[in-house]
Amino acid sequence: MARAVSSRRKWTFTLIAWFLAFLIFFPILWTILTSFKTEGDAAAIPPRFLFFDWTFENYGVVQERSNYFKFAMNSVILALGSTFFALLIAIPSAWSMAFAPGKRTKDLLMWMLSTKMMPPVGALIPLYLIFRDFGLLDTRGGLIAVLMMLNLPIIIWMLYTYFKEIPSEILEAARMDGASVWKELVYVLTPMAIPGIASTILLNVILAWNEAFWTLALTTKDAAPLPQFIASYSSPEGLFWAKLSAASTMAIAPILVLGWFAQKQLVRGLTFGAVK
Amino acid sequence: MGNINLRNVRKAFGDAVIIPGADLDIKNGEFVVFVGPSGCGKSTLLRLIAGLEDLTSGAIEIDGKNVSSAAPSERGLAMVFQSYALYPHMSVRNNIAFGLKMANVPKSEIDEKVAKAAATLNLTDYLDRKPRQLSGGQRQRVAIGRAIVREPEAFLFDEPLSNLDAALRVNMRVFIMQLHQDLGTTMIYVTHDQVEAMTMADRIVVLNRGNIEQVGSPLELYNKPQSLFVAGFIGSPKMNFVAGKVAAGHKAHTIGVRPEHIDIVAGKASGGEPSSSPSILEPMRFFMSMPASAAISSCAPTASMTASQATKSR
Amino acid sequence: MATQQSRALGRIAVAPSVIALFLWMIVPLAMTIWFSFLRYNLLDPNYACSLLTPGQLFDEANRCFAGTSNYYYFLTDPAFFKAMTNSLLIVGSVLLISIVGGTLFALLLDQAIVGRNIVRLMVIAPFFVMPTVAALVWQNMLMDPIIGFISWITKSLGMGAIDWFTHYPKTAVVIIVAWQWFPFATLILLTALQSFDEEQKEAAQMDGTPPLSFFWYMILPHLARPITVVVLIETIFLLNVFAEIYVTGTGGRAGNLPYLVYQYGLLSNDIGGASAGGIVAVVLANIVAFFLMRMIGKNLEG
Repeated sequence: MARAVSSRRKWTFTLIAWFLAFLIFFPILWTILTSFKTEGDAAAIPPRFLFFDWTFENYGVVQERSNYFKFAMNSVILALGSTFFALLIAIPSAWSMAFAPGKRTKDLLMWMLSTKMMPPVGALIPLYLIFRDFGLLDTRGGLIAVLMMLNLPIIIWMLYTYFKEIPSEILEAARMDGASVWKELVYVLTPMAIPGIASTILLNVILAWNEAFWTLALTTKDAAPLPQFIASYSSPEGLFWAKLSAASTMAIAPILVLGWFAQKQLVRGLTFGAVK
Repeated sequence: MGNINLRNVRKAFGDAVIIPGADLDIKNGEFVVFVGPSGCGKSTLLRLIAGLEDLTSGAIEIDGKNVSSAAPSERGLAMVFQSYALYPHMSVRNNIAFGLKMANVPKSEIDEKVAKAAATLNLTDYLDRKPRQLSGGQRQRVAIGRAIVREPEAFLFDEPLSNLDAALRVNMRVFIMQLHQDLGTTMIYVTHDQVEAMTMADRIVVLNRGNIEQVGSPLELYNKPQSLFVAGFIGSPKMNFVAGKVAAGHKAHTIGVRPEHIDIVAGKASGGEPSSSPSILEPMRFFMSMPASAAISSCAPTASMTASQATKSR
Repeated sequence: MATQQSRALGRIAVAPSVIALFLWMIVPLAMTIWFSFLRYNLLDPNYACSLLTPGQLFDEANRCFAGTSNYYYFLTDPAFFKAMTNSLLIVGSVLLISIVGGTLFALLLDQAIVGRNIVRLMVIAPFFVMPTVAALVWQNMLMDPIIGFISWITKSLGMGAIDWFTHYPKTAVVIIVAWQWFPFATLILLTALQSFDEEQKEAAQMDGTPPLSFFWYMILPHLARPITVVVLIETIFLLNVFAEIYVTGTGGRAGNLPYLVYQYGLLSNDIGGASAGGIVAVVLANIVAFFLMRMIGKNLEG
């Protein structure tokens, strides 16, 4: 048991911590508050914190003006699609590296991670041209492929660290029980790794949702996800803050909620199991 | 039938030789225990038989059929792991039934076999629980249940009792021996605990650094160890070794004396000649309270090693 | 474990990922290298060069081949040096803020404070905000010189308004990026701190270890591994910061290498030049990666 902390010390720390946390959270809070203001209140000086005319009008206007749901739908499809296809090839790979490692497995894992170090600009031009020539620009399929490759190394790493924690004796027991490798994967490994696979999916959805380099470069309209939707608000003409706030709130809310639920697994996932 | 023959079985990981070459014949229905200090290759040997590791060279035959390159599932063996290796996401029932399902046994037959195994193992009330809701002993029994429903040619046990507390270990030891009696199936049992080996085995295989030092019944090993290693490894407290002039008097390189064969007589040491009749003593305590003048003497040495045997075991 | 059979199957299972990643890496890279030696501009009549087969390219070598001139122009472009400095500035300062600030804040949150879970949620939130939103919110609602929240505060304090994006564009970008990545470091370091062995703390108390020595000799070594990981992950993402610059329109003065290459390629249509820039960025990233991977490799093994 830890020593009882003096209550003065405790409250001092609490106060400082809450103050700093509030400061960090403030931009988000402010955005959400502003999204419920009229444009007049939004631009008021001094700023109005809680006492203003609450209105939902901005959300309607944003949806009408830039069709939020179309972008949001693209975001969902891109995030889930890229995650699904990446898992499809990542699960067997991670299984193989965790349970049937060869001499080069460590090197292979490091190499996979190193592909993440490759700056996207090195691939931007050719990929842009390939996409243009194959008619993939501004298509969901094309972007799903890009996002999938982008996050594949992280997904494999995450799964690998989760699989590593499953005792190999259990898979051997399945093998003694006469399970083929395929059945071993389906009936034993995957069900046991469900928590790990779930957090992998979660993290990947968050990363794909927020990806803004390729989505900005390769989409314009049809396949454009939310980062593009927000970027369209950056042009100064017709910019209204309350509307911008409503748009921003709608773009970040789903992933913020998801992220809050996933924060514990996130640490583990993003640090490749080095921090639990 | 469960005759298992090892023919010059060799295992190496790169340059590290784990098993330099082992020959062993296990007859159907035998209870064979592999024993040796940790790192002696006993578990590796078991896993080679199971097919969980590849042979580097040599051959393994089960009932005369060469299975050296057969997959584990094709060998007709069942294994009980040290960690039990139960499937944590399956109920006890499904754990036991998994092997049968993989073999596409009809459902009614699976149910019947699982029920029977559960009854034998006192698990009937726990069939719908998950492994994490069971005690260590119950998990152990599930692991055994998973093995017996498949009616294998032979059972392989890899230190199955080392995770249990002392009292439970004795119970399970008796239980496994009973199981062996009832089923009459070949069992190969790996342990580092010589008490387990001595009490359970029909035959013991003593391993040291991957070499089979000696194969024999418990008493054979106790009374007629063929090497210094076996002599020193079997028996607790350990056998005493005397080398030099005294040993030379027996035309041996080293003589070994079991503690229980030591008697204490009054008077001066008399140059090492045997001088009294054997009597069994309560071992060990005497070493503490032995007076300075006491002479150690013994009847005939328990074991005598020729120089060549002693060298071999080094 | 692993027998020949399972190892063979393992190789088959790992193949799709390896092949896909290999292609993903090598095809664009090879094309980029090829383009970087061509005189190739989308608005130029020489456009056709890119569609030539290797044989035709050989015949047309004189017309299309640019030699090292693309590299020469890119490397001697004053914008390149500026962009590289900006890249390093962004990576360096955000890393510094994340690690130092993150460690201090994590230490604070590791104390017995009331409502730690809620504080934790508030702190991690910015990490989930998509970069384009972060950029827009900061630019318009907080840093605007007239009606931004920050200028209201500075004006109330009598310091006058600050026009961030006119006078301090780099600082503004660093603040926005740091706001997103500082919480990440805090969360990871806090998690690591919470796994610190309670008995070790008590043993140190028994020994009468002063707090600073305790931090230096016990806490910091414990944090070495998570800090390494934070540095790795953040460097990967920070080298490629793009949206914050693109959206706020600070590319001219705070633009980093990715932005410059984007400018060459998609704004000026100079594919050859952009490709040369891309290769330069790849080489620089690889130099950074080389050291990082060695550091990480050691730290992740244990």
